[in-house]
Amino acid sequence: MGVLVYAESENNIIKKSALEAVSYGKALAEKIGSSLNCVVINCSEPNILKQYGTDKIFNITNDSLKDFTSKSYSNALQQVIKAENTSILILSSSADSKYLGAHLAGFTDGSFISNVVGIPDNLDPFTVKRSCFTNKGFSSTELTGDIKIISISANSFGLIENNGHGKIEDFHIEDISSTITVSNIEKQSGKVTIADADVVVSAGRGLKGPENWHLVEELAEVLGAATACSKPVSDMGWRPHSEHVGQTGKPVSSNLYIAIGISGAIQHLAGINSSKVKVVINNDPEAPFFKAADYGIVGDAFEVIPQLITKLKNRK
Amino acid sequence: MNILVCISNVPDTTSKINFIDNDSKFDKNGVQFIINPNDEFGLTKAIWMKDSNNANVTVLTVGDISADAILRKCLAIGADKAIRIDCEAIDASSVSKEIVEHCNEVKYDLVICGRESIDYNGGLVPGLIAGYLDYNFVTNCVSLDIENGKAKCSREISGGIEVSESDLPLVIGAQKGLVEESDLIIPNMRGIMMARQKPLEVLSAKNIKARAIDKKYFKPQEKAEVKLIKPDELDKLIDLLENEAKVI
Repeated sequence: MGVLVYAESENNIIKKSALEAVSYGKALAEKIGSSLNCVVINCSEPNILKQYGTDKIFNITNDSLKDFTSKSYSNALQQVIKAENTSILILSSSADSKYLGAHLAGFTDGSFISNVVGIPDNLDPFTVKRSCFTNKGFSSTELTGDIKIISISANSFGLIENNGHGKIEDFHIEDISSTITVSNIEKQSGKVTIADADVVVSAGRGLKGPENWHLVEELAEVLGAATACSKPVSDMGWRPHSEHVGQTGKPVSSNLYIAIGISGAIQHLAGINSSKVKVVINNDPEAPFFKAADYGIVGDAFEVIPQLITKLKNRK
Repeated sequence: MNILVCISNVPDTTSKINFIDNDSKFDKNGVQFIINPNDEFGLTKAIWMKDSNNANVTVLTVGDISADAILRKCLAIGADKAIRIDCEAIDASSVSKEIVEHCNEVKYDLVICGRESIDYNGGLVPGLIAGYLDYNFVTNCVSLDIENGKAKCSREISGGIEVSESDLPLVIGAQKGLVEESDLIIPNMRGIMMARQKPLEVLSAKNIKARAIDKKYFKPQEKAEVKLIKPDELDKLIDLLENEAKVI
């Protein structure tokens, strides 16, 4: 019985969402009274994991895992689970982790639960809280099975530092053959992505046209935020589809979500509901988004945003 | 080419979410059910492949008789055949295993699911099916071309797009982008009439035990009233975000 965390990395840096998964794993390991181990794949600098209470770090280095595919990564993790007799695997809710989690659960015949928002209330039966109905509800779910895979909702637990031994062990995996290969990756560099961002600045039709988007970008820059948009804006081609957030777009689970000139249709709210703090700026006091917001400004975005940018710059 | 499209019967986005029986069940009373939007993107793509790949399209759902209405709609949209595995859908694992049992009997080259359902949002079924069957798997799939038994798929990744090449059989998790919302097919009268002639087969379930059982539901805490800040008091907003909400 042990808790294992897959600590996802990108360009040798452990992702923040992975550190949250490790923080969660530590709290769960303490509740169970077991050790906490982490596994990293092709990451040469996993030392930071020590600061979050990791006892042992399994280090997998393998050329066939250069590109992520859920099948090869599931296969590698499966080998660790088997060798270490793991009963609980913790994953972040990054797109890749969620992707491989279900695939891995299928391979190992494990029980997978996603969108988990807290440490289990009970260990026997194993009962854990997760969100459902696009955050319009939560459920207390009983999970059975020898291998449990838990994917935690982003920003639901936070980062908690803890001292750990963090002893690094190389973990050798058996060869992985695959009939799926990654042929091309196109990625914007130097931009904060919606999935990884603590702050997301999003705008809608209220901005009147793509030529005004510099306001959104400047505000995002001063906050270190990702930029996003509503569905009509992406449908009209003002912004790329990849920025569309909402039910059929990307989900947002940031600490701060700033919505500028977005009325707040229910499909939009469904996608951003799990963000912690929402600020709405809209000149229509009747915009439904104000009902879902924590802070609101009824005013003209073209006046408010430049002032806000100046004030935030001066603050720093 | 044989395509299976897995369909989930979900409450419309605008539905009121309420719970009954001591908060142990979702209240379906007065709720309009629809084809899960992500599944519908996948279904539309499958219908296109009838022309481009000479495909045969079967739709399948795991559910009780109340799900027949959306299966008929899928047939009216253009699917060739519908299957309902007759049981209550409890969790992703049992639902996936029911589907896998069927896939072991009837071989499909391509299994299309939505990337996630809009009710329980688990995003598990496509991956579980792929894992149980040991098929290749691409989720968040935004383009798919199959030629000479090879699939070329694009997947939305954090900050970009990844293209992969895969052998068949393959499971994909469909989402917007695979087709656009404006591409979705609205059934016409001819489609609806033809759907009545198409087979809707009801299979008995294998009664696979669920492993994740929702014991109790909760609603989120009532949100506090929005704090309105005057447009000329932006310092106050910055102060609140910094010191009260602690998010900047």
